[in-house]
Amino acid sequence: MSKPTRRELMRRLGASVTLTAAGEKWLAAQEAQHVHDAVAQDKAAKKGAYQPKALNAHEYATLVRLSDLIIPADEHSPGALAAGAAEFLDFLCAASDDMKEIYTGGIAWLDAYTRHHYDGKDFVAATPQQQTTVLDLIAYRKNESLELAPGIRFFTWARRMVADAYYTSPIGMKDLGYMGNDVMAQFSVPKEALDYALKRSGLA
Amino acid sequence: MLQIIRSPQVYDVVVIGSGAGGGTAVKVLTDLGLNVALLEAGGMLNPQRDFKEHVLPYQVDHRGAGEHAEMYFGRSQRFGFFSAPNGYWEIPGEPYTVAPGNEFRWFRSRIVGGRTNHYGRISLRFSDYDFQPEDGLGDPWPVTYQEMAPWYDKAEGFIGVTGTKEGLRTAPDGNFLPPVPPRVHETLIQKACGKLSIPCIPSRMAMLTKALNGRAACHYCGQCGRGCRTASAFTSSQAMIFPALKTGRLNLIVGAMARELVTDSSGKVTAVAYVDKATRSEKQIRCKAVVVAASACESARLLLNSKSPRFPNGIANSSDVVGRYLTDSTGHASSGFIPALAGMPRHNSDGIGGMHLYMPWWLHDDRKKNFPRGYHIEIGGGFGMPELGSFAGECARQEGYGKALKDKIRQNYGAYISFAGRGEMIPNKDTWCDIDPQRVDSFGIPVLRFHFKWSDAEINQVRHMQQTFSEIIETLGGTVISGPTRAPDAGISTGGAIIHEAGTVRMGADPKTSALNKYCQAHDVKNLFVCDAAPFVSQPDKNVTLSIVAFSWRASEYLAEEMRKGNV
Repeated sequence: MSKPTRRELMRRLGASVTLTAAGEKWLAAQEAQHVHDAVAQDKAAKKGAYQPKALNAHEYATLVRLSDLIIPADEHSPGALAAGAAEFLDFLCAASDDMKEIYTGGIAWLDAYTRHHYDGKDFVAATPQQQTTVLDLIAYRKNESLELAPGIRFFTWARRMVADAYYTSPIGMKDLGYMGNDVMAQFSVPKEALDYALKRSGLA
Repeated sequence: MLQIIRSPQVYDVVVIGSGAGGGTAVKVLTDLGLNVALLEAGGMLNPQRDFKEHVLPYQVDHRGAGEHAEMYFGRSQRFGFFSAPNGYWEIPGEPYTVAPGNEFRWFRSRIVGGRTNHYGRISLRFSDYDFQPEDGLGDPWPVTYQEMAPWYDKAEGFIGVTGTKEGLRTAPDGNFLPPVPPRVHETLIQKACGKLSIPCIPSRMAMLTKALNGRAACHYCGQCGRGCRTASAFTSSQAMIFPALKTGRLNLIVGAMARELVTDSSGKVTAVAYVDKATRSEKQIRCKAVVVAASACESARLLLNSKSPRFPNGIANSSDVVGRYLTDSTGHASSGFIPALAGMPRHNSDGIGGMHLYMPWWLHDDRKKNFPRGYHIEIGGGFGMPELGSFAGECARQEGYGKALKDKIRQNYGAYISFAGRGEMIPNKDTWCDIDPQRVDSFGIPVLRFHFKWSDAEINQVRHMQQTFSEIIETLGGTVISGPTRAPDAGISTGGAIIHEAGTVRMGADPKTSALNKYCQAHDVKNLFVCDAAPFVSQPDKNVTLSIVAFSWRASEYLAEEMRKGNV
């Protein structure tokens, strides 16, 4: 038998709730088990090339590169690039003028700074080493100066929001190992997890 | 000339407000065969549409930021996009004012079920000394714990409360469902508390660990604050009001903002005048008795606005106490990083939404501390659902970028805990609400004006919380991340921010110093009852909702009996 679709699972969850209200049947614990997997598959199936809604092509390319630098792929999991972080950020820029101003302004500052220090090259045109040299300055509050303040402010926004975009994506949730929001008949804690923490705490 | 539409039917009881108090009144009164009308200022709740407990952030385009990314700019409504619909601090068209030099935030709910749709569901009985104080502060209640115990039994038996018998005077035992096993961080905290001689016991929460009264057992998805489609977390809407609608004895009227209680020449309430919000037209609904359960401050506002030659000071207010004795719980929170939890094997730590263990007050007999009364401690932590903002703190602490940042976020996920203290505020003369003579809301109803001051008693209590939270975190081998402050006010919550307002229509034995008798019945008006937290004489360190249900249940049975005898 094939896996039920998300719509089917939600319909059945809803139906069991209605019956529950009438006191006839309790929620079947396994009904919604695969809901979230089904959604991830739906999402993957309809994925096409994203067209930026708020940022221009250059700004968007800069944001894509920044997201890849902030949360890269590693041996553990794909990074913010594969998770489509820049799409989400552009989507929010289209939803909010305040947000758009942060990103268009921040990217323009980044380009101006990079051009000034690296022979007129925009951030995306700079070498990877030049790019990380700039980020090594604006990624830390200790480098606060009149010259760098706008860049540090922008990078604080970008880092936080790339993390938001990544860790709320299916790829990022898998990287964390989040296993919640499921349907369980009983709540219990695995012994290996408890033993791990107790041993390390010295409170065992 | 403006036409006022009067209902042809005379209801036995009109209940105003559909939260814990109003929902209980509706349930009890309809069960006893009375015909009831329920006025709710907000809209109808549809759990299948409004509750989002099984939605992951990426299933929504904006992932919870809001249609205009409001979350990022501190402009979110509710408690985030996924929260159950409830209300907010600022409601368009329904202002309130705060006296100069004071601070107060007033949360209003505008939905069937009120705040019970999203509340924390912490369900604690008040102690014997809460009703009959032994330290000379505040006033005694007109009831004792012994009188209330059977009503707590009924309340717990109906809504369903987890817990264990502990025999603690500061946390009286109840009629409990099985507790939920502690999460890993909670077991560690319990052990640390053991070293510090602080009791840490299974939490008492209104979630069903067993099916009850036609409601399904919890399925442990961990998102009770978003509302629960299976009604396994208690709400007055799903557990009380929807079933009452099926009896045929309840008429639920939504979008109905009560303006005033209408009285006859004998001083009895004969009708409730309300604004139909959708049409902004004035209506009246006739009744033999009224239960006001609009929330503590909203109930006080309605009484104060119900003026007549007989009640120039507002109805049921010959004592002039209505609006006075306002309190909120004290609040403070700290968080800590616990290295022992870092890198822990992954598992589903959701359980019920909220803590599985908590710390009831433990220093009741300590006479050396520099503040009266006490507080309880709530626990947070675990592998929470990754949401927008979940790692904002980690990003700010770690700074940098790249693989190092990614590794840190993964390693530290689930290694943070938090403590929140909720403590007792002693009523003081600087804290009350009255009608602002200058302002009306968009329906022409005069608005409330708040006056609020914490005293040293509360500030010292919050300092004690900070010290305790730090001690527990350090005993766990952890580092305090946020919380402690040297600010003169110790970083105490803004008045109203904990959303536990109480005391504004207080009960008492003496009609000169109280508005209601021990059955929540107005001394001055026999067919007027107040059944939210407004009747409460004090604000114990135990969240008020369970007591609202218990007192409303008792008042409603008393009202039905008095009507049967012809006394009301």
